[in-house]
Amino acid sequence: MAAFILRRLGVMIATALCLTFVVFYLTNLDPNLEKLAKTQGNVRMTDEQVDSWLAARGYDRNLFVKYGEWLGVVPGYVTQLDDGGVRGRCFGNADEVPPGAPSFCGVLQGDWGYSTVFRDEVGSIVATRLGLTGKLMGFVMLLMVPMALLIGVLAGMREGTRMDRSLSSFSILSTATPEYVSGVILITVFASSAVGLRWFKGTATSAMENATFENFFLPVLTIALFGMGYIARMTRASMAEVMQQQYIRTARLKGVSFRNVVLKHALRNALIAPFTVIMLQFPWLLNGVVIVETLFNYKGFGWTLVQAASNNDIELLLGVSVVSVFVVLITQLISDVGYVYLNPRIKVA
Amino acid sequence: MEPLTWTGSLAVLTPILWTAAAAFVLLAAIRLIAGLFLASGDTVTQPDGTLSMTRGPLETLDLATRWAFYVILGVLAAFLVGGAVLGLGAGIIGGMAQRLIPVWIALALVIGVSLTFRRRLGLYGKLFGSTIGSVGFALVMFWVFAAFFGALDMIVTHDPLAQSGAMKNEVPGTFYTKMIGDIDEGAYPYYLLGGDNLGRDVFSRMIAGALVVVQIAPMATAFAFMVGITLGLPAAYYGGRLDTTLTFLANLILAFPVILLFYLLVTPEIVATGIPTYMAAVMFVFPIVFFTILLNSRYHTRPKLRLPLLIIVIGVLGWLYLSLISKRFGVLEVLPRWLDLFDIPGGILVVFVSVVFVNSPTVFRIVRGLGLDIKTRDYVAAAQTRGEGPWYIMLWELLPNARGPLIVDFCLRVGYTTILLGTLGFFGLGLPPESPDWGSTINDGRKLLAIYPHPALAPALALLSLVLGLNLLADGLREESLRD
Repeated sequence: MAAFILRRLGVMIATALCLTFVVFYLTNLDPNLEKLAKTQGNVRMTDEQVDSWLAARGYDRNLFVKYGEWLGVVPGYVTQLDDGGVRGRCFGNADEVPPGAPSFCGVLQGDWGYSTVFRDEVGSIVATRLGLTGKLMGFVMLLMVPMALLIGVLAGMREGTRMDRSLSSFSILSTATPEYVSGVILITVFASSAVGLRWFKGTATSAMENATFENFFLPVLTIALFGMGYIARMTRASMAEVMQQQYIRTARLKGVSFRNVVLKHALRNALIAPFTVIMLQFPWLLNGVVIVETLFNYKGFGWTLVQAASNNDIELLLGVSVVSVFVVLITQLISDVGYVYLNPRIKVA
Repeated sequence: MEPLTWTGSLAVLTPILWTAAAAFVLLAAIRLIAGLFLASGDTVTQPDGTLSMTRGPLETLDLATRWAFYVILGVLAAFLVGGAVLGLGAGIIGGMAQRLIPVWIALALVIGVSLTFRRRLGLYGKLFGSTIGSVGFALVMFWVFAAFFGALDMIVTHDPLAQSGAMKNEVPGTFYTKMIGDIDEGAYPYYLLGGDNLGRDVFSRMIAGALVVVQIAPMATAFAFMVGITLGLPAAYYGGRLDTTLTFLANLILAFPVILLFYLLVTPEIVATGIPTYMAAVMFVFPIVFFTILLNSRYHTRPKLRLPLLIIVIGVLGWLYLSLISKRFGVLEVLPRWLDLFDIPGGILVVFVSVVFVNSPTVFRIVRGLGLDIKTRDYVAAAQTRGEGPWYIMLWELLPNARGPLIVDFCLRVGYTTILLGTLGFFGLGLPPESPDWGSTINDGRKLLAIYPHPALAPALALLSLVLGLNLLADGLREESLRD
């Protein structure tokens, strides 16, 4: 087991390195750097000015050197400025190199860089935004997982009945409704001032400090609905399969009541497959989070991703992608390990 | 002029509809709860040996629920048929039903012909045996025909891009006026589903948006399948280092948040560097490779047939391929202009490429999984013993036997691609800003959603119904293919 986890961790780190390098490469392409220079400096800069702006900030060097600096395995750049001062990656503008300045400053040293859009440290931005999104996701999970499991178990325990058909139709409907559709419909019905019921608020901006049922329920429901259908269908399939096993029939034949068969014999075995599905839903939830946070104007992690990407904020974008890639990979790892742990029939060498 | 009401002269039917709907919901809820406490009716053995069921309270409830449902369906059908006959006299619904007459005719024809010959149509014919499958099929075909006839200018009431200052955010059924200039002779007198924030006709934009989806989504999914199959089969068949490498690459793409990938690929700056065009150049080779290997592995023992066949296939596909990637003033200008068949607008190509790119790894994983399972079968061993080549076994033994799950997944994946296209539009990526596709329209409408919901609601419901139709279709197919 330990060897398995270690190997998975190795693959994970290799994946993260590859992906961040791809992001780094794409954000450091010439047109992107030019756009960055013009948005940060001056829109009417000439080509020479753009070049010198980029050169002063170390953007004009070899891609691998820059990536190494960001990672913290190559010493940060120090350039001489025209006015006699120096500019370094690790200390910014100064008259001369400060004596205590570190020569390496990258992710490995805990320095995530500086966001050009928010004018703040990337580390602190990502931490606060992740906290906000964590709140959203927590409530989503609280709503989505029990509902989905309930629907799936109820539908799967008696296959083909009316209950099964109506609940399955509901789960198909919910998987067919992406967040930007259900969000629009829910806002129209429950929050629109023109025709709707006005039970909830159409924006969740105020939920960032003070989440109430009124301003937070719609975004949570919007994300939960899309994910719910898929988990419910997987649970239904797994439940239906378990209900056809020999040991269920034996239990029924020796006179155990249907309720006890479902609760004591079937449920535990039926929930192994949904566990992996729930864990693998995280990447999709991340997708939903970005859409919902944009739609409801909730300034969390997904909203930050959109801001960073549309403004080519390189270091923030890298921070965001590292976090999201690790979220995806760690949930995959948990899903694999959990599967082995829950299902005694599987052994990993 | 008076604005149109929703149902016009058919308004007498509306109370019936609501009563029936309320009764249906109520009865269904009572039935569900009662089912937990009451037992179903007793069965009595008749003297002649048959069983008969007495009608208990549950059966009565069932019957009442079913009748309420039939009444709802009947009223809805009356709205559509009456609307198609009466036109604007039957309000907004009537107007829409009349504009959609070509779609109704085509739909009736296709379903009628398919039902007549269903015994001879294999899996497709069996689809009509399941209610869910038929409903899904009808929904999907509705949008396909709507897009097709919309492109022929038979359905749209106004130019989807034309703006009218007087129609900004007007509610559905508003009389068509213009602030500047005169209204053309013979112009449609109403905005059936109202105007959006720039005064464009929401109904026409919804129909025009269907074309974007119906054009791109199945094509992109088909390309993703070619890439996934061409890489997935050898990964499963050979295994070893090839499998490890390809799986690692697939997982790499899958670990990427889709939206981040879109933002990185579809921004104008990246498009200017030509990376999406190079990606297109690589990915669009796969269909050529796929078909060449497919035909070559089958016919290499008959050189007389193989040579002309391959020359034709490679020639036609190669020409299409070169026309596709070669673009005037683009990064790749391979073909001279007189040979270049068509130019895909830059935005569409980029959207296409990124959607294929995102979908391929998942298809790869599915194909690989199926391949690993099927390659242990006896008929594969038999083919190996016969001395067939590896590609023949992969494409003519493994692939046909994996077709069931692949067809089902194809339907689901077209739906997923539709959702992805909507996501791209929702973030304003790729497609031009005035494009009528559903995602962009929802994005336009969402800023004023709390006050004027109708411009966003129409495309949202359209997208929902199409994706729902594809999901139902996939479910019906799965059910029917498992049956035999």
